[in-house]
Amino acid sequence: MNITINVKVNGVKYSNTVEPRLLLVHYLRDVLRLTGTHIGCDTSNCGACTIHLNGMATKSCTLLAVQADGMEITTIEGLAKDDQLHPLQEAFRECHGLQCGFCTPGMIMTAADLLQHNPNPNEEEIRTALEGNLCRCTGYHNIVKAVEFAATKMKKEVAV
Amino acid sequence: MIPAEFEYSKANTVDEAILALSLSEAKLLAGGHSLIPALKFRMSRPSMLVDISRIQELKGIHEEDGEIVIGAATTYAEIMADDYLRSQLPFLAAGTSTIGDMQVRNYGTIGGSLAHADPAADWPAMVLATDAAIEVKGPEGKRRINATDFFTGFFTTALDENEIITAIRIPVPPEGTVGTYQKFAQPASRYAMVGVAAVKTPGGKVRIGITGLTEKAFRASAAEEILSGKALDDNNIDAAVEAAFRDTEPMSDRFASAVYRKHLAKVYLRKALLEIA
Repeated sequence: MNITINVKVNGVKYSNTVEPRLLLVHYLRDVLRLTGTHIGCDTSNCGACTIHLNGMATKSCTLLAVQADGMEITTIEGLAKDDQLHPLQEAFRECHGLQCGFCTPGMIMTAADLLQHNPNPNEEEIRTALEGNLCRCTGYHNIVKAVEFAATKMKKEVAV
Repeated sequence: MIPAEFEYSKANTVDEAILALSLSEAKLLAGGHSLIPALKFRMSRPSMLVDISRIQELKGIHEEDGEIVIGAATTYAEIMADDYLRSQLPFLAAGTSTIGDMQVRNYGTIGGSLAHADPAADWPAMVLATDAAIEVKGPEGKRRINATDFFTGFFTTALDENEIITAIRIPVPPEGTVGTYQKFAQPASRYAMVGVAAVKTPGGKVRIGITGLTEKAFRASAAEEILSGKALDDNNIDAAVEAAFRDTEPMSDRFASAVYRKHLAKVYLRKALLEIA
C-alpha cells in the first residue's frame, strides 16, 4: 500500500504518495527533480547522497522516503540564499575544492553539519568529519582548505 | 538498487510494534542502517516493515535502579553527546565515535546494532565488557537477557521472534572504574576487523569483550580469570594475552585470514589492557 508523506524540502512543503520501498534519494531526484543530491556507491559508503534531515547530515541512499515523513530536509539546492552562495559553496570555488564535482554536494552538506556543531574545527576534526565522503579525484587537500576557509568566513559574518 | 516490495507501518508504542510483529513476517525499522542495505541487496525480503524510530519510550539515556538505561532507539550521535553517560563511562562515547562515519552515527541506533548482531559490530564488545543486560519485551511481557547470553551465533541472538529490544541496562560503575575500546577498523567500512572492550573495576575485576574475531562477540574469560585481582603488569598481561585466544577459531575472509585476525586480537587486547592498567 502506498503511503502519503508530508515533508518540507528547502523550505517548500510537499505532499506525495509514494511506495514504501522508494529510497529518499530517489524521491528527491526523481519525484522532486532535485538532482543536486548524487547517487555514488548506493551502499552508504561514499557520501555523495548526503542531505540534512532535521538539520543532521545523513545518507539519503540508506533511508526510505517514508522515514522522512513530517521532517525538514535540506539539499545542496537549499543552501544558497537569494542567489548568494553559502560560504561553503563559495569556499569550494575559491579553494578549488572540486575537480569533477561529483562528490561536492555531499562534501558540502557534511561540512555544513560539522560547522553547525563545531564552528572552529582544526584540520584533523575536518578530516574526521569527512571520513564518510569519498572524492575519487582524491582532491581532499583542497576540500579541507575550503572547509577552513568557510569556517573563517562564517565567523566573520557572525562578528559583523 | 531497489528493495523488493513491502508494506510499511509506523508504531507509536512498543506494544503496537509487538502486535505488528506477531501479525506478519515483519521486520523492525529503527535507523535502518543495517536493514536497508540488506533490503537493497535483497538479502532480506520482509513483507512488512514496522517503523519504531518515533517511539518516545525507546529513546534517551537515564539512570534507574542503579543502572544506566540506554533506550534501544537511541542513536550513536545521541550516545556520543550524552553528558551523563560520558561522566560515567567515557569510553563508551569514544568507542561509539569509531562506528561508521558521521552520517551513519546520526541515524544508526544501539538497539538496531545489537539485534542485527553483525559479528564485526562494535557495541556487542562494549555491552559484554560493561556487564550489561539487554531488556526485551514480547507478547508475554518484559525480560532481561545478560549480554553474555545474548549473542548466540552468526547474526543471531537470544531474541524470540516477536520480541523487541527496549533498552540496554548497564550497572552504574563503582567510582574509579576505567574502560577502553580499541579496534582495528576495516579501512573502508570502519567495521571492526578486531575490537576489544576492556573494563577494570577499582576492586580489580577485569571484563573483556571481543568482537570481529569469531562469528559472535564473546567474553575473553580465560584472560579475565588470569587478571582478576592482579596488577596489570607486563607479566600478567603477557600471560592473559597468551591464554585469551588459545581455543578460539577466528573467522577468515578476504580482508583478514584467521591467523592474521588472531594476531590482531592479541595486539589489540594488549593495547586495551595497557590502557586500563
